[in-house]
Amino acid sequence: MHIVVCIKQVPDAKNVRIDPNTHTLVRQGVESIVNPFDMFAVEAALRIKDQSGARVTTLTMGPPQAAEALRETLSLGVDDALLLSDRAFAGADTWATSTTLAAAIRKMGTVDLIICGKQAIDGDTAQVGPELATQLDIPYATFAKHIEYQDPGHLKVTRRTEEGAEVWQLPLPALLTVLKEVGEPRVPSLRHKMRAKKADIPVWGVADLKLDPNDVGLTGSFTQVVRVFSPPRRGDRIMLEGSVEEQAEQLYRYLKEAKVPGL
Amino acid sequence: MKAIVDPQKCTVCGVCQDVCPVGAITVTETAAEISDSCTLCGMCVDTCEFGALSLPEVGTGASDDLASYQGVWVFAEWRQGQVHRVAHELLGSGRKLADKRKVELAAVLIGHQLDGHISELIAHGADAVYVVDRPELAHFTDEAYAGVLHELIRRKKPEILLAGATSMGRSFIPRVAALVSTGLTADCTELDISDEGLLLQTRPAFGGNVMATIVCPNRRPQMATVRPKVMKPCCDTSRKARVEMVDVPTSCFQTRVQVLEVIPEQEATAKLAEAEVIVSGGRGLRNADNFELLAELARLINGAVGASRGAVDEGWMDPSRQVGQTGQTVAPTLYLAVGLAGAIQHVVGMQGSKLIVAVNKDAHAPIFDVASCGVVADLFDLIPALIRKIKAERGDETCKMPGA
Repeated sequence: MHIVVCIKQVPDAKNVRIDPNTHTLVRQGVESIVNPFDMFAVEAALRIKDQSGARVTTLTMGPPQAAEALRETLSLGVDDALLLSDRAFAGADTWATSTTLAAAIRKMGTVDLIICGKQAIDGDTAQVGPELATQLDIPYATFAKHIEYQDPGHLKVTRRTEEGAEVWQLPLPALLTVLKEVGEPRVPSLRHKMRAKKADIPVWGVADLKLDPNDVGLTGSFTQVVRVFSPPRRGDRIMLEGSVEEQAEQLYRYLKEAKVPGL
Repeated sequence: MKAIVDPQKCTVCGVCQDVCPVGAITVTETAAEISDSCTLCGMCVDTCEFGALSLPEVGTGASDDLASYQGVWVFAEWRQGQVHRVAHELLGSGRKLADKRKVELAAVLIGHQLDGHISELIAHGADAVYVVDRPELAHFTDEAYAGVLHELIRRKKPEILLAGATSMGRSFIPRVAALVSTGLTADCTELDISDEGLLLQTRPAFGGNVMATIVCPNRRPQMATVRPKVMKPCCDTSRKARVEMVDVPTSCFQTRVQVLEVIPEQEATAKLAEAEVIVSGGRGLRNADNFELLAELARLINGAVGASRGAVDEGWMDPSRQVGQTGQTVAPTLYLAVGLAGAIQHVVGMQGSKLIVAVNKDAHAPIFDVASCGVVADLFDLIPALIRKIKAERGDETCKMPGA
């Protein structure tokens, strides 16, 4: 069983706050982290590895420093890591990203299961997983919260929907996007940390993937950002003073005036 | 490829350097310089007062015959015997786009035993309704629904396709986009159309801290998922429309996935995404039992109960209730944040709410920075007082109503 986990390096939200006066984004430093949902994906893969044995590879597309994100996953017990990095990949939308990831996974050879986080916390699109599965022509299940690996070659997956949950069976190879419920990431072990530090992470570019540079990055993208702006700021905040009974009274009237449904 | 600096216009003010989320900009003595770390996110472009920054354009390579695509489509999500409210909202929004473009607005209804749902789509604005009704489509699977929608697009060529950014839309619409080979913008909160017919798709990014407007210049249909509860529905029961029952080959709805079980959520207070009111608690609640206080308030005002990551990590609430970065993103009419500090990871999941009321003992809690109304109080005093107040008012109202 070979599991590939697709990860993304994202700016750490801890270093981002909203200026209460201007309501604009204030950033302190530019530290990056592994997208939190992708850490759950890594954990899901490692649990299958612990249980039934598997080889786990983490894969990312990004600038050279994204290798650090891969190293972090190696320190958790991931077997191999692969970085897709090339100036030609920059500015990719979800289509161009999934095209590039699909080419890498095809080149890897046998892959039985691909796990992605539900979405990345910077873009929030949740599109790369389903688009990647479609480009590879394999079935997928999104928003998985519980994964059961069944022989021969099947997964039983519980996925969360707005209406509750659904249990699906998928034949392998397949792709999953996962939620937090699949498992909190484990703590890195000293042994794996040492290995991660020394690990030689291969880097593939557009030529290694035998892709046309016009099919990747911004030139291979279908969508384009034409404007970025700050959201309109919230109206002035009011604070309710007085005794608790007075505060409750004012709050009730505030909600009533705002025509809050249900009140 | 990276953002482009016009050195003639750059005043080396340094604003772009501060907003770049990846630290790719260095301001030298003469102009801003962009390093290879640039991800072309575009945040610097709008910040620059002098118009010195721009982004390179997407490939203009072989696009197919754009003019042959016509009309606006809304995917009318149908689940468990009901059309999702977001379909009505999208028809309201699609109506405006279609009128501006002077084209037809069509609704696409996929599922089983759909006869009773066609008229509501017409009343909400559809000029045409395409229906694919098969027993095999009674349960949603990505492959079957995407296969059917792909086939309809192939036959009828709409220029725009809108779907709800629900768990269904966010799951299978990316597959449709990939099958058609076109662009898709997720989670839009604003839509408009340019004179050239380009769909201007505005969506929050970086957890709602910035807004981005996105276009799909060279592919059709232009596809977007739209957040529920953002667009306004309109209704006119006298409207007439064309209804077409479409027959598609069996191969379109074949799927490799087997639906073994559908487990509906029983508890009304659990449905976060749909709720108009969410009462959310954090570590300030102190234990799981105290969440009953929030549940009581929520039941009283038809709300759902949410939780911060802290409360979920303590095991007081189920992870499915978590609001924030690693939980759900919600945008109810009222978000009542009780005993939670308001870490940025929480705020990004709820700052789209229309009203945010914060209740916290600590006057300096960051949650007050995003609140529209703040109450510095002990939640164990204030929430029971509010519950009493609501009950008392309800009592009064019932008494006043003649014959009640």
